[in-house]
Amino acid sequence: MESGNYDNLNEIATRLRRHILEMTARAGSGHYMSSFSCVEILAALYFQEMQVRPDDPAWPGRDRFVLGKGHAAPALYAVLAERGYFPVPELMTLRQVGSRLQGHPVKSYGLPGLDASSGSLGQGISTAVGIALAAQLDGADWRVFVLLGDGECQEGQVWEAAMAAAHFKCDNLVVIVDYNALQSTGTLDEIMSLGDLRAKWEAFGWSVTEARGHDFGSLQDALAGARARKGMPHLILAHTMKGHGVPFIEGNLEYHSKPLSADELAGALHALEVRH
Amino acid sequence: MYDLNVCSHNREAYGRALVELGSTNPDVVVLDADLSTSTKTSIFAERFPERFIDVGIAEQNLLDIAAGLALSGKIPFVSTFSIFGCGRGWEQIRNTIAMDSINVNIVCTHAGLSLGGDGATHQALEDIAIMRAIPNMQVIVPADPVETRAVVQYAAAYQGPVYIRLSRRRSPHLFDAAGYRFDPKSYPVLREGDDVTILSTGNMIRKALKAAECLAEDGISAGVVNVHTIKPLARDAICSIAKKTPAIVTLEEHNVIGGLGSAVAECLVQDCPVPMRIIGVEDRFGCSGRVDELFEKFNLTPAHVAGVVKNLVRER
Ligand SMILES: Cc1ncc(C[n+]2csc(CCOP(=O)(O)OP(=O)(O)O)c2C)c(N)n1
Ligand SMILES: [Mg+2]
Repeated sequence: MESGNYDNLNEIATRLRRHILEMTARAGSGHYMSSFSCVEILAALYFQEMQVRPDDPAWPGRDRFVLGKGHAAPALYAVLAERGYFPVPELMTLRQVGSRLQGHPVKSYGLPGLDASSGSLGQGISTAVGIALAAQLDGADWRVFVLLGDGECQEGQVWEAAMAAAHFKCDNLVVIVDYNALQSTGTLDEIMSLGDLRAKWEAFGWSVTEARGHDFGSLQDALAGARARKGMPHLILAHTMKGHGVPFIEGNLEYHSKPLSADELAGALHALEVRH
Repeated sequence: MYDLNVCSHNREAYGRALVELGSTNPDVVVLDADLSTSTKTSIFAERFPERFIDVGIAEQNLLDIAAGLALSGKIPFVSTFSIFGCGRGWEQIRNTIAMDSINVNIVCTHAGLSLGGDGATHQALEDIAIMRAIPNMQVIVPADPVETRAVVQYAAAYQGPVYIRLSRRRSPHLFDAAGYRFDPKSYPVLREGDDVTILSTGNMIRKALKAAECLAEDGISAGVVNVHTIKPLARDAICSIAKKTPAIVTLEEHNVIGGLGSAVAECLVQDCPVPMRIIGVEDRFGCSGRVDELFEKFNLTPAHVAGVVKNLVRER
């Protein structure tokens, strides 16, 4: 990808948002607002940063991805489909009985490209530390990427994993925090403040970079930094907006898990076109 | 008489019951882990913000903070989704709360298959089993809003840990507020029957009653009893039911391993053996789907229950 020109990626991001709206509307449920928050992050990973082969999803040399905030499954599914792991129309089976697209990712349903199950917050990062350790044991050079919610960082397990990854010098582990300052029932500062999140990760022994989470250039710089630096695990604090892309949803927690009405759906789809 | 078509949420009854308790007892405190608008502890939080504690997404911390509050004379009610409270918090519940019989009331919602589309990670089908296996724990599953209120009052008065299981879905109104008294040792009979008794709990009562209606059309007289208290099980009450009707069927929105059926079987096989069938989710994980579709998929329908009952009655 040419640096500096992100038209193509921005177009992809708009398509992803459209898929997310359509698939969650069809399902009658699903976390589109949390998905919008991480669309650019997932697109930057799967279209730029990660070494993957969609036509050979289980390629042993691939980079791995764990969606800590499993409720953003619609965003992950949309990006996997756009990247060519499975046909785009299958997105519309989200949350249906028998679908490979479970409400939260379940690996044993066999969706191509899905490296790990998730949905119970806090567990994904530990799984990723295990995957990173396996690469170290094998002397392999593939890496592991994790997307965490900022609310998810309230789980104690996240910090157990943070300690372990630094202790084991997992420089093949890159964790991105979707730092949208909202959780399910309020702002993080109202519910349970994370304080100085950057300082916390640094104190745990991680190299920390900040990025604008809806800006491909900024994400690319942060990811390049993580690639270059050795000896410690990497954290990218990606500043995002929950619901980004559709003004009436942006930052409005009413929409954390509420299905959109037909009118709202039409309005949201229209807003995506206009903004694009 | 009950009306299966008038339904409302037991978790809303829970939120309102908390407000009632909070108004008369300043020691009542309520804790949640970023799900208060779903568990309905938000109703208490609005009224008594100073006695509402949200610990964020941190279920282990949630349970042990509640233990500390109880050790200092407070009466905590703790809520989150069943899978996260009982699951993530199990060892906290066992080793800090139950071991010393600390007075923490654990009220978890969205149990069973009721989270439909969210799928397996969110569907608690093992919670009764894992709570029941802990010494000192009581396990109660209220069936309607009136019973929910009464059970919450009971838990507040009882000294020791209680697990109360609630669904996300609405429940039919089974009981009159004026006449209802909760007694853990006696189970409300919702329908009399001579050939078989269906023992059920929580939201499955509705399906048990519908099954009994179907069976009546086929000349089989099936009783339905609401086994709200799964632990301690009222063994005398279960045995006297087993002596009245020659067969027993249990029905629950839970794994067939370790839940209501297991509790009843443990009692009957030792104290009063009778032919019995256990209906529930057959040792599988849930999956995404509309809840009514999932009930079909996992054989939790009145038609399936009626079929099992017929086979059991005929076998005899
Ligand atoms: C262990 C656990 N507890 C609670 C939940 C319920 N839950 C789902 S999303 C959510 C809020 C997540 O907030 P955050 O991590 O900030 O993600 P965002 O939606 O803001 O991207 C909660 C509490 C869960 N899935 N897992
Ligand atoms: Mg957040």
